[in-house]
Amino acid sequence: MSDLTNLGVKAIRDGVAAGDFTAREVAEAFNANVAAAADLNAFIVTTPEHALAAADAVDAKRAAGEELGTMAGVPIGMKDLFATRGVQTTAASAILEGFKPEYESTVSQKLWDAGAGMLGKLNLDQFAMGSSNETSHFGNVANPWKANDGGNAVLAPGGSSGGSSAAVAARLAPAATGTDTGGSIRQPAAFTGISGIKPTYGRCSRWGIVAFASSLDQAGPMARSVEDCAVMLGAMAGFDPKDSTSLDAPVPDWAGALNADLRGKKVGIPKEYRMDGTDAEILASWDDGIAWLKDAGAEVVDVSLPHTKYALPAYYIVAPAEASSNLARYDGVRYGLRDLPEGAGLQDMYAATRAAGFGPEVKRRIMLGTYVLSAGFYDAYYTQAMKVRTLIQRDFNEAFDKCDVILAPTTPTAAFPLGDKLDDPLAMYLNDVFSVPASLAGLPAMSVPSRLNAKGLPLGLQLVGKAMDEQMVLNAGLAIEQRSGFDAQPEKWW
Amino acid sequence: MSVTREQVAKIASLARIKVDEGDLDHFVPEFNAILGFVEQLGEVDTSSVEPMTAVIPQHLRLRDDVVDADPLTGGGKQAEVLANAPVAEHGFFGVPKVIE
Repeated sequence: MSDLTNLGVKAIRDGVAAGDFTAREVAEAFNANVAAAADLNAFIVTTPEHALAAADAVDAKRAAGEELGTMAGVPIGMKDLFATRGVQTTAASAILEGFKPEYESTVSQKLWDAGAGMLGKLNLDQFAMGSSNETSHFGNVANPWKANDGGNAVLAPGGSSGGSSAAVAARLAPAATGTDTGGSIRQPAAFTGISGIKPTYGRCSRWGIVAFASSLDQAGPMARSVEDCAVMLGAMAGFDPKDSTSLDAPVPDWAGALNADLRGKKVGIPKEYRMDGTDAEILASWDDGIAWLKDAGAEVVDVSLPHTKYALPAYYIVAPAEASSNLARYDGVRYGLRDLPEGAGLQDMYAATRAAGFGPEVKRRIMLGTYVLSAGFYDAYYTQAMKVRTLIQRDFNEAFDKCDVILAPTTPTAAFPLGDKLDDPLAMYLNDVFSVPASLAGLPAMSVPSRLNAKGLPLGLQLVGKAMDEQMVLNAGLAIEQRSGFDAQPEKWW
Repeated sequence: MSVTREQVAKIASLARIKVDEGDLDHFVPEFNAILGFVEQLGEVDTSSVEPMTAVIPQHLRLRDDVVDADPLTGGGKQAEVLANAPVAEHGFFGVPKVIE
């Protein structure tokens, strides 16, 4: 039974439904892998009892002949940004350490309703701010992959969903939730050789997800196949009146409609993504992707996204601005940490609490956001960034007059060693150069693995679709998956 | 545009984050590097462009004007609201004295 942890979402669900194994056996197998992988530090808390209880409920339902949900019997990892009732929810920040929500996020509730169970809460960059999972209060997450160059450097699993990517790549979970603000699903997926999709902004409810930048934040699944992502996204998405930006639109049967035949479809290749100094292996992987999509019947066309170079600077105004507003709520009064120096008043308590509770990257972004929103600077920074955001969206709209989906690399490099970019925030931010534009435009975007580079590390390809057209993104992702033959796994060292 | 040590200290105060001299030593150059990077947005001609207000076009919904229409977000949850408070007394959040 040890190979149960090699199964993906759909294989587990179908196997449980067919009686090939029980949901409890699956949960036990994954709980064991989680317990044996402390070296990866992928989880902040583990909840084996939650996984077992959900599994037992599924097994009982099956025995009673009741209908099973689309995630029945699948134990998953939950990024610790989703509020889970009675289970510590921290956003990987000291300021929320010990916080146990009295309610459940919409997305996690939908997953439990579909029959999934929770293996634990996954580590992440603090408040999802980071690209290497090094800003967590609960320590770095280790990428299960290591380079084959003889060195033994521990690599970053990407971020912010670094616990999610590491757990799925290491077979600690068949799938995990992620959230994506500027690339936090796609970049870690690329760094660990797995798949992940950020749907159209508004597809998944943000209710109960710790807020970072509300106009960008979007939840999505991370798993080891495109089909598993489609199944899980179907369980996560849907209209929620509790989120004012939730899309009031039916959820298509993405998994049922998967189709890798791309005849009659056009794939756009954005020339601005071919930047000077881009790693030759990243470009070769992109060329592979182009060939695979042609082989699937698609026509490849050149498109232009002229404002691409301005996406990252616009993002680093918009996201910190929203974060500075959203994180004003951590004041030491209603929940979380309180630091009350002897004799301090209310204002001193706020400042001391926030100084003690937030990590350096979070402080940097809150302060940057405070600055760009402050009187006298608002128009020069924030309004200008929101105008540029309009132009970036317009670029995509014009490109989609000529094509159905856009293919690009997910990241400019493969996974880098922990500590490599920690002293230079700008170098870290540049990691998201390919992923941020789709976030600013609210578009569905996915990363799928393409190949290993010369160092034996996975690379990812990114697909960006029209708003609401997750199906095209998934279909093109499937076409790549079927042709890449990517089945490499990290060698177990943890 | 670059910011001075005094400006960064002022921003920290506006953001209600206590910083010491050591924090400022690294925040000031980091800030200026990031601001130098975002400065390039000034190159873009946006004179005829509206700032984005909603990334996906939506109409704002009104909920039914009914008390506790959704029990999850309705009232009557004092104990739950206070459950995670660092200090809760007599059914309220406790804070240091604000009026002398």
